[in-house]
Amino acid sequence: MAHITKANGIVDWLDQRLAVKKLMNVLMVEYWIPKQINFLWAMGVILTVLFTVLFVTGLLLVMYYKPDTALAFDSVNKTIMQEADYGWLWRHMHGVAASVIFLIIYIHMLTGIYYGSYKKGREMIWISGMLLFVVFSAEAFSGYMLPWGQMSYWAAQVITNLFGGVPFIGDALVIWIRGDYAVSDPTLTRFFMLHVCLLPIVIIMIIAFHFYALRIPHVNNEIAEELDFDLEAQKYKNGDTKGSKVIPFWPAFLSKDFMYICLFMIFFFYLVCFKFNFAMDPINFDPADALKTPAHIYPEWYFLWSYEVLRGFFFDIGSIKAFDIGLAAFGIAQVIFFLLPWLDRSDVVKPAHARGKFFVWFWILLVDLIVLTVYGKLPPTGINAWIGFGASVVFLALLLVVLPLITRKEKE
Amino acid sequence: MATSESRRSFIGFAFGGVATVGGVFSLVAMKKTWDPLPSVKAAGFTTVDLSGMNEGELRTIEWRKKPIFILKKDANMAKDEKRDVIVDNATYTVVIGLCTHLGCIPAYAPSEGLFKCACHGGEFDVSGKNVFGPPPRPLDIPPFKIEGTKLVLGEEGPEYQKMIAEA
Repeated sequence: MAHITKANGIVDWLDQRLAVKKLMNVLMVEYWIPKQINFLWAMGVILTVLFTVLFVTGLLLVMYYKPDTALAFDSVNKTIMQEADYGWLWRHMHGVAASVIFLIIYIHMLTGIYYGSYKKGREMIWISGMLLFVVFSAEAFSGYMLPWGQMSYWAAQVITNLFGGVPFIGDALVIWIRGDYAVSDPTLTRFFMLHVCLLPIVIIMIIAFHFYALRIPHVNNEIAEELDFDLEAQKYKNGDTKGSKVIPFWPAFLSKDFMYICLFMIFFFYLVCFKFNFAMDPINFDPADALKTPAHIYPEWYFLWSYEVLRGFFFDIGSIKAFDIGLAAFGIAQVIFFLLPWLDRSDVVKPAHARGKFFVWFWILLVDLIVLTVYGKLPPTGINAWIGFGASVVFLALLLVVLPLITRKEKE
Repeated sequence: MATSESRRSFIGFAFGGVATVGGVFSLVAMKKTWDPLPSVKAAGFTTVDLSGMNEGELRTIEWRKKPIFILKKDANMAKDEKRDVIVDNATYTVVIGLCTHLGCIPAYAPSEGLFKCACHGGEFDVSGKNVFGPPPRPLDIPPFKIEGTKLVLGEEGPEYQKMIAEA
C-alpha cells in the first residue's frame, strides 16, 4: 500500500488515495493540442455537450414516458407536455438536441474530410467516429418511434420493412425484429429498451474509444503540419509557451472551447424556445394508426440524403428489381464512409484547398449531399424522381470511382 | 516444461469449449425471446362475411394488425384466374393492403381502377398486380379459407393452397 500521511486538504486526501493529480495530468493538463486549429475543431466538444444534454433531458423524460402503445402518445403529449412542470422544456431540449446533434456531426465529419484527418495514422479515429454516427442514427430512429404518432409508426414500418430485403430470411427477420406480424406493442417496448438502455451504453463506450484513439496520433491541425508532440510539449513545460506549437487541453484549450460552447448554447436555446417546431413533425401529433398511411412519408432532415439514395433507383434494370438496387445503394451509402481512408489512395495529408482535384471533389460531394437532402423531402414524382436518381448515381460515383482515381493520380 | 504447456493448452481448450456451448445456448435463448409471443400468434384469425358487399365496393378490414383489401369485382374489371377469390359465385380480390415496396398503405382510386401508394409512387391494378413504380411484386395474398359466404383469414383452405401451388 502507498504510504499515507496526514492530508493537508481535500485534494491531497484524494490524491493519496486516488492519484487524482496524476489522473488530471494524463487526461487534461498534459494532453497536448496544436495551436493552429480553428473553430471547426470545437465541434467535438460541442457534441460532447449535446450528448450530455440528451442524456440528462432523456432521464427526466423517462420518468413520465410509458412504453405501451395504448399510453405512449398521451404520456408524451399530455403528461409530459402539459402536466409535468417544465416537461415541455425537457421534451423540446431533447428533440432539438437530437436534431442539431446531427448538424454538428455532419460539420465534424466534413471537417475531418476537408483537412484529411482520416488519413495515415488517424484511421481508427475516423472509424470509431463513423461507428458513433451509425449508432447515433439507430439511437435517433429508435427515439423517434417512442411518441407513437403517425410518423413514428410509419417510420418504424418502413425501416423494419427494409430488413425484408435480406435474401432468404427477410420476411421472417422482419417479424422477429418487430415481435409481431406488424409494428405494434412488442416493437415499441424493444425499441424503448434500445433507446434508453443498450444504445446509450454502446455510445458511451464508443465515445471513450474515440477519445482514446485521438490520444496516440494526436489531433490534426489546420495546415496538417506533422508535429513532434513530445518536443513541443517539452518546450511548453520549460516555459517557452510562445515558441511551443502546442497548448495543454486544460486550462488553455478548453477556455477557448468554452467560448464556442457558450455561443452554441445561445443558438441552441434560441431554437428550443422559439423554433422548436422544426424538430417536431406535425404529422406526429396524430396518434399512430396502423390502417392509414400519411400522404407523404419522409424521415427527419438528417436522414433525407440516404433516404433519397434508397428511393433514387425507381426503375428495374434488366432482371434486377428497383427495390433491390435501391436497397443495395442505401446499404453502400451507410458504410462507404467507413472506407474513406482506403478509398483515398494518396498519402498526402493536407487540407483540401492544397490538394487541387480533391478540393473540387469535396465541394461536389457537399453540393450533391445537399441536393439529395432537398429532393429527399419532395414527392418522388416526375422530374424529381430523375434528379433524385441522378444525384444518387453521382454520390456513388464520387466515392467509389472518382475519389480513388483522382487520389491515385495525386500520389504520382 | 512440455507437460505443463500441454496441460495449459488443454485447460484453454476446455474453457473455450464450455464457453462456446454456453454462448450458443444463450444466443438461441435470446433469439427466441425476440420471437412473437404465443398470444400474438394465437390472435391471428379473422372471419369476414362477404354476403353484404356490392359490386365494385372495396372493404378494408384488419387482420394481424395489417389492413386487408377486399374488392368485389364488377363486370368491367378484368378477371385474373390466378389471383381471384371466388366466394358464392362472385369474384373478389383479397390482398394484404401493404405496398410490397416498403409497406405503406396504397389508396384506392376507383375511377382509375388502381391502388396508388403515395410514398414512392407504386401502383397496383384491381387484381393487386404491380403495374408501375418500385414495388417488386404484386400485393400479397393472405392465407384464407372459404366457408359459405364467409372468409376466414389466417387459415389455409384448399383454394388458397391451390392458388399458392400455381403461383
